[in-house]
Amino acid sequence: MTPVEMTPAELAEYRRRQKSRALVMALALGALAILFFAISLAKIM
Amino acid sequence: MPADWRDFVALCKPRVLTLVVFTGLCGMLAAPVAIHPVLGFTAILCIALGAGAAGALNQWYEADLDALMKRTRNRPLPAGRMTRGSALHFGVGLACFSVLLMGLAVNLLAATILTVSILFYVVIYTVWLKRRTPQNIVIGGAAGAFPALIGWAAATGQVDVLPVLLFALVFLWTPPHFWALSLYVKTDYAAAGVPMLPVVSGLTVTRTQVLLYTVPMAVAAVAPWPMGLTGAIYGIVASIFTAIFALLAVRVAVSRETVQAAMKPERQLFAFSILYLFVLFGALVADRVLA
Repeated sequence: MTPVEMTPAELAEYRRRQKSRALVMALALGALAILFFAISLAKIM
Repeated sequence: MPADWRDFVALCKPRVLTLVVFTGLCGMLAAPVAIHPVLGFTAILCIALGAGAAGALNQWYEADLDALMKRTRNRPLPAGRMTRGSALHFGVGLACFSVLLMGLAVNLLAATILTVSILFYVVIYTVWLKRRTPQNIVIGGAAGAFPALIGWAAATGQVDVLPVLLFALVFLWTPPHFWALSLYVKTDYAAAGVPMLPVVSGLTVTRTQVLLYTVPMAVAAVAPWPMGLTGAIYGIVASIFTAIFALLAVRVAVSRETVQAAMKPERQLFAFSILYLFVLFGALVADRVLA
């Protein structure tokens, strides 16, 4: 089912899931960036 | 409809991850060499991600089985909340990432053992053995035994006698742990066609096997003390808790109960077996820290 064929309720749920997944992915990538920086420092020291 | 992010977390079997992370951490802390905290954290993260990837690939392959069992039918795939393709991509991606990060940030030995553990769980246990032999859980137990070895290898860059004994302990602990569970959820496994020992060989054989595996497990649990690899703290705790484990295993072995709802010794052994592993690994770290 594509977003065009969804009812308004399904579309709202679709958007909510997209948004929450994007937020989790952004947080995970941010955390990894910090981790890689910390690993680099640990390896240098 | 895209799967919710919580379903991806559920795909990683978070409850199993707690034990994996704990044994990996204890293996690392029990090592005689201190690892940089950031690298130690990274190694534990990699162990968790690798185990999560193995869990995801296990659920990807076993979606049909999970749909047949009461215990597993609400997982993301059988419940229809996620496509099999998403689970496969997520599992493979996470597995590759965890191994690469372990290899680049920690060391190659730890990355190699992590790779072997993921492949062992997914290919040897899930794909090859689980549906073919009632000894599936014995071989599969090796997959769960790897984290302590990986934790030690991450810290030291090598494998010694103590982590091998810890590997043996978890490996030999798995059959009594899972068979105690499978005795009172036998109908679930039978309905799914999984050849678990109680389904194939009956209750009496399974009860005997629980006791038989407890004997070498007890040896592996206590051995580090007389071998001089640990101190008295671990030795005393391991002796007491192993004696209780053995007592519960004897009660399971002599029980003739056939009604699953009334199988109290089996439930007690299963619950205690989880506590047992946490306590022994905790004692190992306490022994190392306080010695």
